[in-house]
Amino acid sequence: MKAVVVVELKPSVLDPQGKAIQHSLSSLGFGGVEDVRVGKLFKITLADGGQSRDQVESQVRQMCERLLANTVIETFSYTLEG
Amino acid sequence: MKFGIVILPGSNCDHDAMHVTSTLIGAQAEFLWHKDTDLKGADCVIIPGGFAYGDYLRAGALAKFAPIMEPIRRHAAGGGLVLGICNGFQVLTEVGLLPGALMRNQHLRFLGRDVFIRAEQTDTPFTSQLTAGQILRTPIAHGEGNYFAEAAVLDELEHNRQIVFRYCDDEGRLTAEANPNGSSRNIAGVCNRERNVVGMMPHPERCSEALLGNADGLGIFRSIAASLAHSPSL
Repeated sequence: MKAVVVVELKPSVLDPQGKAIQHSLSSLGFGGVEDVRVGKLFKITLADGGQSRDQVESQVRQMCERLLANTVIETFSYTLEG
Repeated sequence: MKFGIVILPGSNCDHDAMHVTSTLIGAQAEFLWHKDTDLKGADCVIIPGGFAYGDYLRAGALAKFAPIMEPIRRHAAGGGLVLGICNGFQVLTEVGLLPGALMRNQHLRFLGRDVFIRAEQTDTPFTSQLTAGQILRTPIAHGEGNYFAEAAVLDELEHNRQIVFRYCDDEGRLTAEANPNGSSRNIAGVCNRERNVVGMMPHPERCSEALLGNADGLGIFRSIAASLAHSPSL
């Protein structure tokens, strides 16, 4: 099974990197770019250990909470494939 | 009185901290390897600057799983002193010993230069030898020093007087221009509610010796030494 995790800055947190990219896109001539937010994407391949989908989901959620995201500044979401 | 200087894979200010505590302060000091599981009797643990675990994922994020962190957590919970400098501050927020997070500098550039900071609290074991409002010239060297916490958390920090240092100009004014990295409310260093854990982005260990042109940081280490000397348990 594969898990795809997306970690993003909370909406309340300023993203200077996203702002810089937004400005660069504008200077390249791409009109109408209102906002850019930069996040992280993790593709995690999980060995098939005979676990239920619920168990895998709970494991992925813990991965996010304990390491992949800093929940002071970031939110996470994930999808399971396979 | 004993200092324990943590060496994480990628620490690079460990020897500076050792020099200041052992040679300049004259205290006993020992390195603590990241795989160690005890603090070798250290009364004050210093997590030095550097790039622990290459700053992979987020600065400080992977360090929280180092074996040495567990005894540091217990030490802090028991009231023991912990000082995190620069990357050490980032580690302490990731571990959850200090509130908030250190984000990418507002202007996205790594900053290596001197800044002024103002001592906001003198009733911590790390600042007792400073005077209230004392201005220190200290070097910074970081790419992720932009202190962030939700507004409610910042208000709580103000209310509990947990903001220990703020960036200021050479006359102590808290201006936006004096804030090098976009930190919320010019915050350069905070303590926990119990005041025994402090984290700061500037490097006092790099400015503790007149020979190097600046000894403004020495007061912080003198404060720790004075606190430990007066502590009845030691």
